[in-house]
Amino acid sequence: MESFTTPLLTGTSTGAILLIAALGLALTFGQMGVINMAHGEFLMAGAYTTYLTQQVVSSADVSVLLAIPVAFLVAGLLGLALEAGIIRWMYHRPLDTLLVTVGVGMVLQQLAKDLFGAQGDPVREPGWLQGNLTVLGYHWPYTRMFTIVLAVVALGGLAALLKRTRFGRQIRATVQNRDLAETMGISTRRVDRITFFVGSGLAGVGGVAVALASGTNPTLGTSYIIPAFLVVVAGGLGQLRGTVLAAWLVGVVTAFLTDWFSGSTAQVITFALVVVFLQVRPQGLFTVRTRGLA
Amino acid sequence: MSTSRTRLAASTAAALAAALVLSSCGGSKSDDGSAAAADSCVDTSGDTIKLGFLNSTSGAMAISEQTVRDSLLLAAKEINADGGILGKQIEPVEEDGASDPAVFAEKIGKLLTSDCVAAVFGGWTSASRKAMLPVVEGSNGLLFYPVQYEGLEASENIYYTGATTNQQIIPAMDFLASKGVKTLFLAGSDYVFPRTANKIIKQYAAELGIEIVGEEYVPLDSDDWSTQVAKIVKAKPDFVFNTINGSSNVGFIKAYYEQGLGPDTSPIISVSIAEEEAPAMGKDVTGQFAAWNYFQSVETPANEAFIEAFQAEYGADRPTSDPMEAAYTSLYLYKNIVEKAESFDVDDVNAASDGVSFDAPEGTVTIDGENHHIAKTGLIGRINAENQFDVVWSSEGPIEPDPFLEGYDWWDPSAE
Repeated sequence: MESFTTPLLTGTSTGAILLIAALGLALTFGQMGVINMAHGEFLMAGAYTTYLTQQVVSSADVSVLLAIPVAFLVAGLLGLALEAGIIRWMYHRPLDTLLVTVGVGMVLQQLAKDLFGAQGDPVREPGWLQGNLTVLGYHWPYTRMFTIVLAVVALGGLAALLKRTRFGRQIRATVQNRDLAETMGISTRRVDRITFFVGSGLAGVGGVAVALASGTNPTLGTSYIIPAFLVVVAGGLGQLRGTVLAAWLVGVVTAFLTDWFSGSTAQVITFALVVVFLQVRPQGLFTVRTRGLA
Repeated sequence: MSTSRTRLAASTAAALAAALVLSSCGGSKSDDGSAAAADSCVDTSGDTIKLGFLNSTSGAMAISEQTVRDSLLLAAKEINADGGILGKQIEPVEEDGASDPAVFAEKIGKLLTSDCVAAVFGGWTSASRKAMLPVVEGSNGLLFYPVQYEGLEASENIYYTGATTNQQIIPAMDFLASKGVKTLFLAGSDYVFPRTANKIIKQYAAELGIEIVGEEYVPLDSDDWSTQVAKIVKAKPDFVFNTINGSSNVGFIKAYYEQGLGPDTSPIISVSIAEEEAPAMGKDVTGQFAAWNYFQSVETPANEAFIEAFQAEYGADRPTSDPMEAAYTSLYLYKNIVEKAESFDVDDVNAASDGVSFDAPEGTVTIDGENHHIAKTGLIGRINAENQFDVVWSSEGPIEPDPFLEGYDWWDPSAE
């Protein structure tokens, strides 16, 4: 039983971090079609924000909670700057966007190295997250359960934004048919900008979860960006439930494979499985029917 | 059309390559008439001698390699104040390896053949050393490499002043055996050093009667250790042997403590956590162990002087570490060899190096002229509350270097 619960629970926690990283991409890539390779660095910015918040507010009990909105804001503003400064000029040139954002990612990494050093800085977890809960032989740390809570909250917030608010309707309208949305009086420029802000901000929240799990370092974004893109593509563009299911599956399958083989082998097999899956079902787990021209 | 274009490109490339070969031949010839490229262009006529310091001062390795650069500059300053090497003042030529093996190879070529330095000091990762090796051998230069590594190498043109495996890994196993350890779990990053180290550990463990109850690797840049740590919890080993490198250690240490492990249950012995890294783990690692050949806490008069001089130069909050000490020692060893040989010539230096020693901060070290490594004492430290290491075990005197483990009959390099 233990050999089943351990990978299941560790995999669910890992999948949760992946989900927060992928939720932002589901917006910027899934909805807007922008390939932003600097998304991982927004995650890194969120992690460093957690570290910096802890320097200002020394009580870890408070600072981690405080870090969540601050990280959202910092990463969101970085995203906004990227959108306004670079991406808006190349909405119909996806390859150029890809190359340019890879460059932006490198610049951000070097900036973090210069500001904080290459070594990485420790982030203390709050007192109320210390310890673990024994579930059928697995000592499940509270910090890793917290990432699941964070993922659920982020998912709930995003779903509510898209489904229940006026702005969410504007996003969906713009995605489905940009020209028609404009004729209805929606400022698609403004929608693009805010969507990008929210998507990037979510990466910042993911950064808080990463910082709690493994501290900060300038290159931490690189190990999440490719899996996050895979999750969004495998889940299917344009909706969220596919992303959720794909993130959870990638996390849990990797954990089981790690348990049976080794960490490196598990990554290779998981990626191979996703590639094979996309050969069979290129549109991903779920699809949306759209009349959109874009 | 496309074929002729390809042909054009190919012939252009060939012409360029030929031009490069010609110009490089011309360059070496113009130095001193018809001499072969292997002949040195080092100028020993003046009252200064040029030495190359090649460390990464940018990129991912900069944080570590900058500390080595600082120690080298300190040693050069001290030697100069004391009259220099053979009466000549050291003139450091500093280059940045940029954390990129290809840059290391290019820069060491520049240092040896165009700056004409007498010797180069530096390198950190095994990849950087492997990249420099053919260049330094090709131009018959000298490289002093200051970091513990996976052994299985001995170049005529390199001096290895960090530990080889029989001075760090094997003493660590002797220490575990002396503690009565019966079961051991191996955790490492997935690259050459941990794989080689664990191969040695597994064969020696069989000899010592220690059972290996698990062996796990994660990719070098991965931070997620929770599944593997759950295996440690399940295996309940007496000790965990940690060969993880770099920031991956943080994820490992966090998962280890969060799942309820600690120095009382399954203590960790590490080979890459030192004074600089211990405070960066985000957890209190008091009571865990590390195997090195130098700790800041080592009590020798030479170490006291080294720490005092280093902190006077760079600030009282700066810790000293094993590779820093090995780099500092390497420059003094070079001075002692040259003064014994009474020559800066590479062949004269190699002929004189055997048996040259230095009272280093770690204790007395002696060069083995055969394999160019140095005899060092193996130390085990236990982390205290100040993130310093209390020495709890040491080998009986300096251990002779044996990079190919030829003196260990249990070692079978071909076995899995």
